[in-house]
Amino acid sequence: MYPNNAHIPHNLTELQNDINKALAFDFSSVTTQKARRVLERESLTVEDLAALLSPAAENYLEPMAQRAMDLTKRFFGRNINLFTPLYLSNYCLNLCAYCGFSFSNKIRRGRLNFLEIEKELLAVKETGLKDILLLTGDNRAKSGPAYIAEAVKLAAGLFPSVGLEVYPLKTEEYAQVKKAGADYVCVYQETYDPDLYGRVHLKGPKRDYLFRLESQSRALSAGIRGASLGALLGLGDFRRDVLAMGVHGLYLSRKFPASDLAYSVPRLRPVIGTRETFNEISEKNLFQIILALRIFSPSFGLTLSTREQPSFRDRLMGIGVNRLSAGVSTSVGGYAGEDHGDNQFLKSDSRDVGEVCRAVITRGFQPVFTDYARL
Amino acid sequence: MYSPDDDPFYLKGYKFTGRLILGSGKYPLPQIKEVVEAGEAEIVTLALRRVNAGGQENILDFLPQGKTVLPNTSGARTAQEALTLAHLARELGCGDFIKIEVITCAKYLLPDNEQTLQAIKLLVKDGFIALPYMTPDLVMAQKMEEAGAAAVMPLGSPIGSNKGLMTKELIRLMINELTVPVIVDAGIGRPSQACQAMEMGVAAVMVNTAVATADDPPAMARAFAQAVRAGREAYLAGLGPVGEPQASSPLTGFLFTSEPGSSKTD
Repeated sequence: MYPNNAHIPHNLTELQNDINKALAFDFSSVTTQKARRVLERESLTVEDLAALLSPAAENYLEPMAQRAMDLTKRFFGRNINLFTPLYLSNYCLNLCAYCGFSFSNKIRRGRLNFLEIEKELLAVKETGLKDILLLTGDNRAKSGPAYIAEAVKLAAGLFPSVGLEVYPLKTEEYAQVKKAGADYVCVYQETYDPDLYGRVHLKGPKRDYLFRLESQSRALSAGIRGASLGALLGLGDFRRDVLAMGVHGLYLSRKFPASDLAYSVPRLRPVIGTRETFNEISEKNLFQIILALRIFSPSFGLTLSTREQPSFRDRLMGIGVNRLSAGVSTSVGGYAGEDHGDNQFLKSDSRDVGEVCRAVITRGFQPVFTDYARL
Repeated sequence: MYSPDDDPFYLKGYKFTGRLILGSGKYPLPQIKEVVEAGEAEIVTLALRRVNAGGQENILDFLPQGKTVLPNTSGARTAQEALTLAHLARELGCGDFIKIEVITCAKYLLPDNEQTLQAIKLLVKDGFIALPYMTPDLVMAQKMEEAGAAAVMPLGSPIGSNKGLMTKELIRLMINELTVPVIVDAGIGRPSQACQAMEMGVAAVMVNTAVATADDPPAMARAFAQAVRAGREAYLAGLGPVGEPQASSPLTGFLFTSEPGSSKTD
């Protein structure tokens, strides 16, 4: 599959080629012997990641977990970084078959004005959290780059770390939000399979697969220090999507060696108004995915959201995962108690910041509110 | 009888006797004090990016009294950013000691020696006591010394790798040639490796991951303290040569016997 084991994609064409190879990988070809051997290696190739994601590797979840835990401790210590998302607007022009904010969904839409944003920010600040992730739907008329930049500026005045999870921006727009204080961006490819991507993104600007794929590169080129990548697990074949995500991660770490990179592994959650049924991803599958990614990319951050149950989130602390959201609201205006719009997805972990902190401490870890200096 | 108190080392005139330097950011905050005491550390490093001034779980509130805090500039990618963080340290009341970490390789956490050298120049100009974390390179270390570094802190192997002194030979040259103290900074995974570094003649060793990832961090800190002391004593006592002496036929015998034509001229 990969003639040169050490092959790393250097440009967009090579990235696409390698993603296509990942999407064509036959996971049933991996023998248990191969999966076991991978665990003896010090650093892994893409093919090794494939082996760890294979059904054969399910026999080695225990040694994989031990190694993942060891690597997480070495890179991140006994720390769990905490953050929370803040929804600014849920107006969206995209028609996505899986999303609660989808254009055709008859949900309550809302957009916070700057006064309301400030109220929300202050309400989050009250909880003690210092890392905030701002989100909007994809609608340049309702939440354009200038609106986002202004929101970032407000947030940066109150929080040492501000992330953005918005539609893909152009390089100069990333530079604009960077200037306003943005520290990192999260852009999830949802699925790396271009055909499936076209089938689930039915209408709207999000249909541009390649523009989305290069988002992190544009953001990092514009001087933003960190970037997250992820696939929405359950849309397609999770093994293929995660393998392609590993290829994408490798590409970014080679192109931007100084940047802070992180993976997210959201599973599809029930949302208002979707009729589609997608692939079931069990907790065991998700566990294997997290272990494989940690072993493949030891220096990457790995975030687990409130889409997952408290018990699962707690167990994964330090075994791959080093960052958790806490005290989350996924509705627009949900923190200051003035609800302006419906939720994006139903969360499974509704614990407040104090409760998450106690859970972190109980498991022998240190809750970390700030691990970043804006420079 | 050896006493560390009679065997100090100096950083820009400041006297230190604790030769094990410990980190503070990789284990639960309430454990810092116990670990530092068990390791008899005099200097404790602090990642400025972790300071949550006025907030919850602020690492500054957990550093034991009476120790020298050595703030590091982790997160900096350029000399200028290191300088910004150094000034932040001063504002926080952390003093003038700064461990310069300018890292542009997130994967292996390797320092950027070139930017680090620039950072030393900027920091020294602003009155800081600069201790650069560096990839061991004698020529670069000499430039750092020339630029006013109070010590140099070469890595033994990549941070968190626990591989020990993979760069031993390069560090040996630095010990031989530099006037400022050499402190091994990263990669020390076991007390025996710390001991080995001290036997070579480094002034101190910095250990973080190896202690933090132990099942019992305070016990591991204590083990490191003993190893560091043993290595230091061995260095002072003078280590014998390694390997068996080679017996060969005398090479100097001709000087003492009169063989025909050996020492006479006609």
